[in-house]
Amino acid sequence: MRDKKKAPYPGVKDSVFTEKLDIIRSYPTIPTFRIMDPDGKIADASKDPQLSKEDCLKIYENMVTLNTMDNILYDTQRQGRISFYMTHYGEEGTLFGTAQALTMEDVIFGQYREAGVLLHRGVSLSSFVNQCTANVLDVNKGRQMPVHYGSREANFQTISSPLATQIPQAAGAAYALKRAGKEAVAACYFGEGAASEGDFHAALNIASTVGAPVLFICRNNGFAISTPADEQYRGDGIAARGHGYGIPVIRVDGNDVLAVYSATKSARDLAISTGVPVLLEAMTYRVSHHSTSDDSSAYREKKEVEAWKRYDSPMSRFRQYLEHKGWWSEEAEKVVRDRVRKEVLEAFIAAEKMKKPPISYMFDDVFDTLSSRLKDQKKEVEEMVGKYPDFYEVARYANEEDAKIERSSEGLP
Amino acid sequence: MLARIPTCLPAASGLRATFSFLSKPVPSRPTVRPSKQRSFASASSPPPAEGYMQGVSESAFILDTPEKTLAHGELSDALMVASRAETKRMNLCQAVNDALSTALATDDTACIFGEDVAFGGVFRATVGLADKFGRDRVFNTPLCEQGLVGFAIGMAAVGSTAIAEIQFADYVFPAYDQIVNEAAKYRYRSGNSFNVGGLTVRMPCSAVGHGGHYHSQSPEATFLQASGVKVVTPRSPTQAKGLLLASIRDRNPVLFMEPKILYRAAVEHVPIEDYEVPLSKAEVLNEGKDITLVGYGSQIYVLESAARMAEAAMPGLSVEIIDLRTIVPWDEETVIKSVMKTGRLLVSHEAPLTGGVAAEVASTIQEKCFLRLEAPVARVCGYDTPFPLVFEKLYLPNAIRVLDKIKQLLAY
Repeated sequence: MRDKKKAPYPGVKDSVFTEKLDIIRSYPTIPTFRIMDPDGKIADASKDPQLSKEDCLKIYENMVTLNTMDNILYDTQRQGRISFYMTHYGEEGTLFGTAQALTMEDVIFGQYREAGVLLHRGVSLSSFVNQCTANVLDVNKGRQMPVHYGSREANFQTISSPLATQIPQAAGAAYALKRAGKEAVAACYFGEGAASEGDFHAALNIASTVGAPVLFICRNNGFAISTPADEQYRGDGIAARGHGYGIPVIRVDGNDVLAVYSATKSARDLAISTGVPVLLEAMTYRVSHHSTSDDSSAYREKKEVEAWKRYDSPMSRFRQYLEHKGWWSEEAEKVVRDRVRKEVLEAFIAAEKMKKPPISYMFDDVFDTLSSRLKDQKKEVEEMVGKYPDFYEVARYANEEDAKIERSSEGLP
Repeated sequence: MLARIPTCLPAASGLRATFSFLSKPVPSRPTVRPSKQRSFASASSPPPAEGYMQGVSESAFILDTPEKTLAHGELSDALMVASRAETKRMNLCQAVNDALSTALATDDTACIFGEDVAFGGVFRATVGLADKFGRDRVFNTPLCEQGLVGFAIGMAAVGSTAIAEIQFADYVFPAYDQIVNEAAKYRYRSGNSFNVGGLTVRMPCSAVGHGGHYHSQSPEATFLQASGVKVVTPRSPTQAKGLLLASIRDRNPVLFMEPKILYRAAVEHVPIEDYEVPLSKAEVLNEGKDITLVGYGSQIYVLESAARMAEAAMPGLSVEIIDLRTIVPWDEETVIKSVMKTGRLLVSHEAPLTGGVAAEVASTIQEKCFLRLEAPVARVCGYDTPFPLVFEKLYLPNAIRVLDKIKQLLAY
């Protein structure tokens, strides 16, 4: 028997008829989950995820390391020693909170402001600077702009510039993991600006309908270059969209690393146990300029940025938490900063001195093997550099044999 | 394979005779199949749903007996290792289905997905596969090309085999970013840390008689500059199965374009065994010494018909016909070798002239065969307009246009 109250149309299963003409204009705003306040204090002790001292120190030391690396590489770009850079200031809580909750089995798809995740997965400082200087040991063989990292060992798919393209890809990867019976998710990072791209819509819808255990992690930092969030969307941020796709959501305080960790862990468990996607929106503030090609004072007040730095940064919040526990001190901070500063500078100076990848790398990996046309073009370049070695500064490039030995000793393809 | 063009046509000489012959229906051979009757449907009757393809039913290139299939050099080589050299009569759509079934049976990671593929697909190319292999391996996606291609790239990025379907090649453009910026560059940009070699995107393409703007396009040339994707198109069922299996197993992303007008019109005896036809290798279908005709997909039959007419009109004329099969990266060597022999080249495709594949072939050949060329390289292509509905017959580079150009080249 047909239920007469129920609207029978196949497009929606559970709607009932109503005689009330009601244009639905508002929904409750999704709250922001937080555990500790800006002073690093936890109001409800039962919510403390009780991370071990070792894990907490790993997270904080990695925050300091990322911050130090950002400072140095930002400066090297200003000095014209690398072509481009993007810092992570203000988003450390989101990066390390999520990274701590994921396992190495989880495949990462990033946007570009996620180097902290790589760092947390054990990628060396040398790898970062080698990629940024595009030298012979650059994982990408000198082909992509700086900060386009990737790592097989870290199970982190290589970054590409086109925004949001990685989101439906993560859905496909998650589906493949599920079919392979792995207890893992694909974790996909993107900003709130990228979420305006068609690929965001495409990804959430396909992940939901086919059932892909992907963890969509939105870094909502308030700006897409100069565009503030209220010119990006008019709804309740990104999280509210999840409901429209039938996807479970959580909004979390991105400056609270413990809340991000707990939220990510729960979201991951849900994705794996039910085989469906989960959308996590981490609210934060982009203290950084967008990139080294951007001066953000052109579109926002410097004092606003300073206020975020001073009163609520994910690092200072977590540091206070550690100090309350007696796990951190000014001296410890200085030791780590000095050590990392030295390591980054040494790695950078070494990276800078290295040769560029061999010229032949320009043609490899377009396909799995060289096509006959690419062989011809490679030969043409060889002839040109043979004729005009000074113009092409041939001495800058490593020879193929050396490169092969150096790269294989670093475990690089 | 050396296939002589049959001389089943009434003897004719001169342009006038050739044209008068064309105005009459071609008499069918005794082995006529129902689809052949539609070859020359009158202009006033609406075209059949699957369109009509002039020349396929009379083609000497169609392997319509088991003997012909097993005697085909490339196929018999591929089947040498097989225990059973048996064939089954299939149209191109069935051959695609057979290849997909073989791909799923031989690779547990392989999945097929797209819009409406679960019930068998709007062209019936995936019929029965969901029942046979399960809904987790053959499934519908939401109606979103950028999404389903992005999804396929992700599957391939973690080592699975992803066979995505775009319902019509006309609708590949929403996925253009995913194909050009992502799939094509995936291996290169990561320094070979990652690749999407397991990706194949199938799409029905080309004219169908009444497809108008968005059910007729041949977008192959728009991928020429992607650098990193291969583009493949078959002309017949045996080719479709072998090329599709090779494409699925190739360690590079491949766009596989299926001329939809051939889905039912082209019927061959297809080996039932698992076999592959090599990529980036053109096939010389008909050896000749006076002129080389290069094309691919359904245009092969147009070239064959034109060659037949030209030989009827000009006794003694010897035409070489080459099926490019793989459009990127294409087999330059075979075409160069042919033109070095014949001294004349005509390239033909349905897609518009400007920026088309023929431009690429023509410029390469003038560069590599300059001293041997006895006439300019000719291109007989679609015009630089959107694909029109009622003007399709005028728009297409049909056999008459090709014949006319052959005559010009020979008289040059």
